Amino acid sequence: MKIAVLSGKGGTGKTLVSVNLASVANSSMYIDCDVEEPNGHLFLKPKNITEKNVNVKIPQVNNDLCNGCRKCVDFCRYNALAYIKDKLIIFDDVCHSCGGCTLVCPNNAISEKDKTIGKVQKGISNQVEIHTGILNVGEATGVPIINALLSDKNNDKLTIIDCPPGSACVVMESIKDADYCILVAEPTLFGAHNLKMVYELVKLFNKPFGAILNKCLNDENPSEKFCIKNNIKILGKIPFDNELGKLNSEAKIIVKENKKYYDMFSSLLDKVIKEVQHETTVNS
Amino acid sequence: MKIAIPVNEKKLELNVYESFGRSPYFLIYDTETKESVYIDNIGASSTGGAGIKAAQVIVDNNVDALLTVRLGQNAADVLNSADIKIYKTIDGSIQDNINAFVDNKLSLLDEVHSGFHRHGGN
Repeated sequence: MKIAVLSGKGGTGKTLVSVNLASVANSSMYIDCDVEEPNGHLFLKPKNITEKNVNVKIPQVNNDLCNGCRKCVDFCRYNALAYIKDKLIIFDDVCHSCGGCTLVCPNNAISEKDKTIGKVQKGISNQVEIHTGILNVGEATGVPIINALLSDKNNDKLTIIDCPPGSACVVMESIKDADYCILVAEPTLFGAHNLKMVYELVKLFNKPFGAILNKCLNDENPSEKFCIKNNIKILGKIPFDNELGKLNSEAKIIVKENKKYYDMFSSLLDKVIKEVQHETTVNS
Repeated sequence: MKIAIPVNEKKLELNVYESFGRSPYFLIYDTETKESVYIDNIGASSTGGAGIKAAQVIVDNNVDALLTVRLGQNAADVLNSADIKIYKTIDGSIQDNINAFVDNKLSLLDEVHSGFHRHGGN
């Protein structure tokens, strides 16, 4: 069972929800797909870490074979190629590794070489297996790292996917194979706007989903209003709570610190699992 | 000598357009014939790498020098490979800048920025 946790902006509580859901399960896998700023490992503190580089293909040119037709320059929609003074120039940091330039070259002047853009770290912390994606600073896209993180199709553990913020390509890649999506939202107008972004995304992907309202106060909650208006299932509410905030800022797993948080996340997880099972029955 | 200037509209009394890569047009001015030609910047509408495409346009028009407010690293790399001189513009209109260039009063752009990429996520 794969559960993706996402939100339209950073700082809403994706990682808080993800690491604590993973920690209340008997056995689970936590995958940090927020490859530009992975932070789940700070909470889970994995041991026995192994690392593997993630490579992409980028073009290299043999200028002796190049006849200057510029088919590659015209083809590249990221403008990673320029043709200057009878020579092809390639901008590695702009290239998205689509391989198109090698295909359109009539003279086979372009070949591909490996470029390391980041790595995947694997480790373990008690009953939680932790996979972390790390994108090197300045790289064009984290999609290949997320691909590498989610490529293990044989994994049948309860898997929590901690997504990057927003609703761009990296998020789409992260939720692609998820059985269920949890949308985490803050109780502000801005929070409701960002909830709308991910709500539209999970609808587009036809994923079953529910919302967790974080940092709840007794005041009006625009995100809750949005959920009610759009008939979005509210899985739970996490209060705006000084103790919780303090523990979380000390990189502690709150379910291990206080039974009330354990009970809260335990019932959240039960609810989510029931939702997924319900979806599976309905759709089978 | 042919010089290129990023412009928003085809009027010499306007100021130089701030962004090189996203500039709608380039004014190509010939300092000998005093002829002005405006060309479209096909790089302006790119999803990414606009500066590289815009620099390719400048190179393909056999320009000797570019007058610009600022420039990104990738565009600078393309222009440097083609030995095109890059000058920093002064406050004032496009015409003021042409005059300043002709009078040798512009200095070379000594600072390129690393780019304003990643606005719309990836």
